[in-house]
Order: sequence, then structure tokens, then C-alpha cells
Amino acid sequence: MLTQEKQAPALPETDTQLSGSQALLHGFVVEGVDTIFGYPGGAIMPIYDALYDFECDLKHILVRHEQGGIHAAQGYARSSGKVGVVFATSGPGATNLVTGLADALIDSTPLVCITGQVFAHLLGTDAFQEADVIGITTPVTKWNYQVTDATEIPEVLAKAFHIARSGRPGPVLIDITKNAQLQKFAFQGYTPCDHIRSYRPKPIVRKEYIRQAAELINKAKKPFVLWGQGVMLGSAEQEFKAFLEKTGIPAAWTIMGAGALPTDHPQNVGMLGMHGNYGPNVMTNECDVLIAIGMRFDDRVTGRLDKYAKQAQVIHLDIDPAEIDKNVKTTVPVWGDCKETLPLLTQMVETKQHTEWLAKFREFEQKEIDAVIREELFPTSEEMTMGEVIQQLNELTKGEAIIVTDVGQHQMVACRYAKLNHTRSNITSGGLGTMGFALPAAIGAKFGAPNRTVVAVIGDGGMQMTIQELGTIMQSGIDVKILILNNQFLGMVRQWQELFHERRYSFVDITSPDYVQVAKGYGIPGRSINQRENLVEALQQMLSNPGSFLLEVMVTKENNVFPMVPQGCSVSEIRLK
Amino acid sequence: MSEQAPIERQEYNITVYTENQIGLLNRIAMIFSRRKMNIESLNTSPSEIEGIHRFNIVIHETEEVVSKIARQIEKQVEVLKVYFNTNEDVIWQEMALYKVPTDIVAEKAKVERLLRENGARVVVIRKDYTVFETTGHREETDNLIKILQPFGLIEFVRSARIAIIKDSDGFNRKLREFERAEPGHDVVENEFLNSREKVFTM
Repeated sequence: MLTQEKQAPALPETDTQLSGSQALLHGFVVEGVDTIFGYPGGAIMPIYDALYDFECDLKHILVRHEQGGIHAAQGYARSSGKVGVVFATSGPGATNLVTGLADALIDSTPLVCITGQVFAHLLGTDAFQEADVIGITTPVTKWNYQVTDATEIPEVLAKAFHIARSGRPGPVLIDITKNAQLQKFAFQGYTPCDHIRSYRPKPIVRKEYIRQAAELINKAKKPFVLWGQGVMLGSAEQEFKAFLEKTGIPAAWTIMGAGALPTDHPQNVGMLGMHGNYGPNVMTNECDVLIAIGMRFDDRVTGRLDKYAKQAQVIHLDIDPAEIDKNVKTTVPVWGDCKETLPLLTQMVETKQHTEWLAKFREFEQKEIDAVIREELFPTSEEMTMGEVIQQLNELTKGEAIIVTDVGQHQMVACRYAKLNHTRSNITSGGLGTMGFALPAAIGAKFGAPNRTVVAVIGDGGMQMTIQELGTIMQSGIDVKILILNNQFLGMVRQWQELFHERRYSFVDITSPDYVQVAKGYGIPGRSINQRENLVEALQQMLSNPGSFLLEVMVTKENNVFPMVPQGCSVSEIRLK
Repeated sequence: MSEQAPIERQEYNITVYTENQIGLLNRIAMIFSRRKMNIESLNTSPSEIEGIHRFNIVIHETEEVVSKIARQIEKQVEVLKVYFNTNEDVIWQEMALYKVPTDIVAEKAKVERLLRENGARVVVIRKDYTVFETTGHREETDNLIKILQPFGLIEFVRSARIAIIKDSDGFNRKLREFERAEPGHDVVENEFLNSREKVFTM
């Protein structure tokens, strides 16, 4: 049968009559968008009608719920470094985006969301599927704007892309009334935006602060680097590595920063925070100079603030001036994009090796291996642990896969133990802690990085929050490996109930459907295992399957994630058990 | 600005220069409400530059909190610049209107004298009521309430505070900086750095 290749419309000449919807889609093409995640509905129908003609330029992925759509767009943005794009209709379509917007804002993920809105003359009349989307999304967007006139669309869209991707990235929402989508106007072309007078995406780099920072680093006996996602957002992985290798400083990461430096780099000393590694947490309170790069001192990282790194001089490199001094008082603020500031700093620092200091981290690591890691990764117990599943996965992927995690115990275990050779390989809901994130985000991550293996590691709780996105996998034919670590509990809450609520297990006992049957219903092959002897072979089967595959691993029910900095405690009070 | 951030809470006058954009008031107000902070007074008005709006916000907080809030406000896309100042650093005024029964004012010469002493001005006189206006600091407008209460004060209303920064040269020069793609250093202000180890002082 002959298939007719559709030809995408070329960018029209000036003064061509276009509808608002057509102008919007031309804008997307100019901005280099290739994938849109969305769900149609009444108030966004004119845009979907126009999309019909753009099929070969703009691939549209029909999700099963708008929350799935926005998490997919987040996954896409995180794996590709590009702006994720979401379409949703008015009212419930738009309100279903809210969780994803909040997640993207706190994790600085660039998104452009387009929501349909009722006709302008119906605004405020409680029309069918009308919601105050601008009002609702204001606190969860970097910027939002309502368009009621088609002529505004090119300029507003250009602004939206500029705001979403520049500076500290974030989600942007444009709410377009149906009349503006339909309205024809004389198209004046599409010019990408690079300057908005009231918006300063990057603070001015101040040489004197860089000099002061270099002096502190050069004098330091026990310097310690903490890095976050900012290194990746600034595409500064090479600059970061160059800085580290010249200074010889040990470096630890927040979960959002995982992978910016390969796991096995000799100066990578591990993960920070509540379930981070032993050494990095303890040494935070022993270092003399703390160099924070593209991270924001989240409470899960700092523990009790008044006992956090009080002995240290703090150098904070961040693109967002509002982060400086927000949680931790800074001695030297290095405003700016670390892609620019790190090379300046590298020039001024002395070449050094902190062999003894680095060895101290390795001593702590040994203690942690003895107390926690060995038993977690190579358990002697009969039942399987989450850690050993991740360990075996590492062996098979060799650290080449993108690991997308949900939220909870499995997330902490996966982030702690996953081997990551490449940047943009750990995609997780860090700031907001959104259960249900992983499955849709993994779909998006695969679209953003089609040549890489994407493994979604999900708990039995989170899986059931967005399980409908199996339908998206089915229809799009995308290849996502789904690894469910099932402990038959809402494990992290159960752990807290065990430790801090006298084992009163209040509503954490969660049953699961037969995931293999569910997957089968969606045309996705699957398997469930509960014996260690099947683990490696089942993981191999999952990874080598030509398309998506669901593997459920039954793990021990009442395992706890350690080490742990209990809430309200200092990082140096980290517990190994 | 002092080197040591005072611990005490006091009134701060936050001046915000913004673009004229629907929804921006909401975005700014949410920065306070999210942190369960009360706005004591809020005024929006045009500024010395056409198309640029000026917010005057008064809050009762510590310098540290105010400085963080100022940065959060400045982070908003349509906000050009934020300043914060103590009452000593600004010239400020609030306006108040008082409605009093005309017969009492007419009968009692004492009332008229009190009004005059407090700088009140008659805005309108009707048969049944008279409206007075005063402009000044909070204590002054408050004081007149107390004075008029025994004489049958019918209605009282006070405006938001408006404040002019003593040290400011206005916003014209700064705006030209903003209009350039690469601004000079002087768009960064109000950044007081921690004095933890005295590496910097400002």
C-alpha cells in the first residue's frame, strides 16, 4: 500500500493570513520542537486541528492523563536538555498539569505548556470546562500568560521559550482562549526572543568574588565540593571536571546532580543528604571550605541548619541570586552560570592533590560498606533486597542506561547505587517528591534520548499512581524497561512509622494488581520473580527484549534505607542503622 | 545599610519597579502569603517613567527576611528592580478620610480647632455630614481618630502608604541599563552579604 508522506507547511511569508493555532505551531517548528506530549479537548481543538497538518515536524504523543503528559515532557527535557512541550485542554485538562508544574519548578525543568481556554467573552462566567488557570498556576510556574488575541501568539511563544530555557530554567504556561486559536491574522513571521528588559537570566559575573573564592580554595586544607543539577543545566560537566581535577577536591552530589560526574570518578565521594553516603554527610561538618556548585541546600541535604557546616567558609556558585544566603550563609557568593564561572575559577586555583583528605572519605566509605552496603548489595538473607537488584542492573547495563526513578525507598536505593557513566542519566523527582513520576517521565526520557536504554525503577505505590501510562507505551510503541521493586508496602512511610511512630503501620500496607497481567493487557510482555536465582536472567530478558518490558521483583518487605539523617538532626548525626 | 543585620523586626518599605502586567500583583502577593507573611500596606501606582509601575509594600519583618523576600520578588520575570528601606530611609505619607456629622462640627468650635491643629482639611461639607482629610504618618492619622471619636465619627478610611526613597536618583538611568542586553554592574544593589567571617563587608 502506498503511504502518502505528509508535507509540513513551510514557514509562511510575511502578511500571510494564519490562524492563531497555525502561528503557534510554526513557532514550535522554529524553536526546534520535535515532540509534544498532550491530550486534546474542547477548548484546544483548533490547535489540534492545525496539528493535523504538522504531523511530520511535530510528533504528538497522546498520553492517558495530563499529569502523565507533563511528567513525560519533564523526562524529555531532562534526558535531552531541550524544552519539553505539553498540550492540555481547559479546566480539568489544565488543572491536571499542576503537580507536574510544581515538580518542574522546584527541579528547574524547562517546559512550555499550552492550555486551551474558553472563548474570551466567556471568561469569568463559569463556562463549561472553565478554570482560572492563570490564577491556579501562578505559584507553580516561572511565568504564565493568557492570550486572548491571536496577534500576540508569536511574541508570547518566543518569550515563553526564552524564559523556560534561560537562566535557572523552569516551567512556563500559556493559556490561549479558543477565539485566539481560531482568529486569523496577518502573520509577521516568528522571531525567537533573546532579551526581555525586566528579566535578567544570568547575574553579572563578578571577578572580585571569583578571586576571593580562589584564594579561599587555595588556602584550604580540607575543601569539599557539593554539586547539584546546576552543573547539568549549565552543560558545564567538562568545566566542572576540569575544576575538580585541577584542585583535587573530593566532591559529593545531591540526587539532582547525580551523573554530572561519572560514578567511578576517583574524586566522586558519593551522595549527600538524608539517605546519602556516610562520608559526605560527616565531612560536611569537618571541611574548612565548602564549595557548593549549582545546588540549593535543600533541607533533605542539610539536615538541621544551625548545625550545618558551621566551621566552614562557604562558597556558593549559583545562577539564581535568590538562592544565595537563602538557607546557608555564604562567605563568597559566585553569581553566574557555572559554565562561565567555573573556568574563571579553574584559572585562578592552584593545582593540588588532597590525597590524605580524600582518603578520609574512603575510610568512611569502608565503614559504610561494612555496616550497610555489603549486605544491601550482596545480601545473605533469603529475600531479595532493592540494592541487589540495582547492583545486578549495573552489572548488565555497565552504567550506560538512563535510570528514571519514582519516589520512596526504591528511589533512594536506586540513586545511591546506580552506576552512571554519563550526564543526564538519573531522572527523578527530587524537590517535590512526586509519586507516579517515573513511568511517564521514562516515556519522555526515551523520546528525548532514543538511542539510550531507559529503565524506570518504580515502587509498587508509585506504579499504581500513573499506571494508565502503560497505554501511552502501547500506542506509541516506545521502548521503556519497567522495573517494579515490590515490597508490598508504602516503604518509606512504613520505615518512618517503624522508626518514629512506634511501628504503628497506618495505611502503608498496599496491595498490587497482577502487574504482569496488567502489562499483558496493554500488549507489554512482563514477568514477576521472587527468587534470587532468576534475577540476573530476568533482568537480561528485560534489557534484551526488543520493546518495552515489565519486570516485577518481589523484594523483602520490611527493609529500611540506611544510612539516614533523621529529620531535625545534623548531618554529622547520620545513623548507619 | 548597616553591616550587622539587626535581629529585631521593624517596618520595611519595599519599592518594586515592574512592567505593567496583568497577574503580576497576584504573583507578588503570593510571595508573601506563601510564607504566611502579612502585608501591612500595599500601593501600586505609575512611576516617574511611563509604562513602568511602582509598588510600595510595607511589611514588619527582620532585615534578613526582607532581603530574601526582595530577591524572590526580583526573580519574577516582569519585575525590574526591588529596593527595601527602613522608615528612616524614606519619606512616606498616608492619607486618611474622616466623616463627621456636620451639626456637631458646626456647633462645637472646639472640634474645628482640633481639626486645624491636626492639619485636617475639609474635603466636602453637606448638611448631614462633613468629610475631612489628613495626610501624614500613621500616628498622626490615628491620633485624629481618637480625637474625633467622641464627636460621632461616622466613617474612617486610610490609604496605603506611599514612600519616596531619600537616596534614590529615580529609575531612568537604571532602566537604560536594563534595556541593554548586557547590563552594567550597577543593576545589582541591596545585596548585603553575610558577615560571617568578614571576608566581605558592604
